[in-house]
Amino acid sequence: MTLREAPRKRRRLRLSRKMQRRVLPWIVTILLFVLWELVVRAFDIEPFILPAPSAIFASGWQWRGPILDNAWQTFLTTAVGFAIAVVFGLLAGVAIGSSTMVYDGFYPALIGFNTIPKVAVIPILVIWFGIGTVPAIITAFLLSFFPILVNVATGIATVEPELRDVLRALGATRWQVIQKVGLPRSMPYFFASLKVAITVAFVGSIVAETVASNKGIGNLMLVASSRFEVPLAFAGLLVTSMMGIGMYLVAEIVERRMTGWATRGTDAAITPQG
Amino acid sequence: MNFVELERVSLRYGEDGDGTLALDGATLSVGSGEFVAVVGPSGCGKSTLMKVVTGLWPPTAGSVMVSGREVSEPLSIVGMAFQNPTLLPWRTTLDNVMLPLEIVEPHCRKLRREQEAYRAKARDLLALVGLIGFEDRFPWQLSGGMQQRASLCRALIHDPALLLLDEPFAALDMFTREELWLALQDLWLARRPTVILVTHDLREAVFLADRVLVMSSRPGRIIAERAVELRRPRALADTYAPYAVGLVHELREQIGAERGSGTERGSSAMRGART
Repeated sequence: MTLREAPRKRRRLRLSRKMQRRVLPWIVTILLFVLWELVVRAFDIEPFILPAPSAIFASGWQWRGPILDNAWQTFLTTAVGFAIAVVFGLLAGVAIGSSTMVYDGFYPALIGFNTIPKVAVIPILVIWFGIGTVPAIITAFLLSFFPILVNVATGIATVEPELRDVLRALGATRWQVIQKVGLPRSMPYFFASLKVAITVAFVGSIVAETVASNKGIGNLMLVASSRFEVPLAFAGLLVTSMMGIGMYLVAEIVERRMTGWATRGTDAAITPQG
Repeated sequence: MNFVELERVSLRYGEDGDGTLALDGATLSVGSGEFVAVVGPSGCGKSTLMKVVTGLWPPTAGSVMVSGREVSEPLSIVGMAFQNPTLLPWRTTLDNVMLPLEIVEPHCRKLRREQEAYRAKARDLLALVGLIGFEDRFPWQLSGGMQQRASLCRALIHDPALLLLDEPFAALDMFTREELWLALQDLWLARRPTVILVTHDLREAVFLADRVLVMSSRPGRIIAERAVELRRPRALADTYAPYAVGLVHELREQIGAERGSGTERGSSAMRGART
């Protein structure tokens, strides 16, 4: 009796755990907002210092037209910069990861390049391209390029010598080794880096919009705060983080689809039963 | 005419001549269609010998001839299996077995047009080693023995004239190992490639090989050889018959002597194994 019941019980438990994973993030988010609201009301905080979530949502709804317009602008800017970063990051990553010569020559320069605070480059970009969308795209690109490159290069450079020997023993060319082993092996690294890259791409475009643009969420927030429309500035923040989460989720879904073989232990749902 | 001919081959690792000397004047020859096993104390350069024969490492001195030609780069007529199965984790068993076809000519060109025929061929090979029904599994869904079988199939798919096996069964338990000896014997009898098997298992060497070569401790040379006069197909019980047991003991004595002469601290372990 008890023996027969045991598996069923376990199954129910696992199902509920799956539901938990779905529902918990929402509960936590809502609780945070409620707590925020309570704190603001309890301590009677001025709206231009910290507006309550209710005020933020109200303001967001009131200004939904401009918010959507600017969010769309920011999204496009980020997407274009990110796309360029993916292409160049992949190409440069393959080149650097597969050749020790290129690696030795370029890596120090790349490290130096990466240590430059990208925000400091924006004024120079403005001199070159003027105020507007282009500096924002380039900033998004500059920020998201490096993580992609480093990850792809690492994935290719750390191919097990045994795997390489399997192909080399067959007379495979360098390019065939990269194609058959290096690239597939670096895919988990690549997709992991996309999740980092997409978030920093948002940071890049929004910072550039704040400093050097007349469009986009960054610009909207700047204008809003200069007019003491603090709830609106916060609404801009919320929209940004929602876009960021959305893009992150897309990157994660793509990752799972493409590299299920690398995450076999963590998610039983996507691995075929063994 | 011997199929594989090594003439006083030496290999020193490292570029500036002060690396480890792994091989020192190794000379051996293997006839076409012959099955040869190479045994020796651990670290004697057995694996290095394989890398030299495949052309993965150019020798520092001496000459390596395969099929009448000097080896200067990896050869596509060679199939190789390693101690680790080294299957690509993102490919299914079938796709792993078919990997060499994507690289070796003329299969490489014909693969797309004759995909079905090649798939059938890969399935036949998998059936020979008892892996039918596992074609679409990923390597991590197979046991170690099954992975090693798939790796053997991969080494054989492009009909290599020379099969190099670098301790392919070393990581397996004894029952799985014996099963695979039989599978390998069947494969060899069916296709008759030239085989060089590196192993430290003397029973394995005696069961599988026509001839057993003994290597010295590092730097490696061939110091002795024994022909195995057992009829094919051999049965596992043959390895417990007096003839095979005698041969295994004789080989063990030789390797033990080699080990003793080296600086290995394992001489006491060797004595333990003998009792």
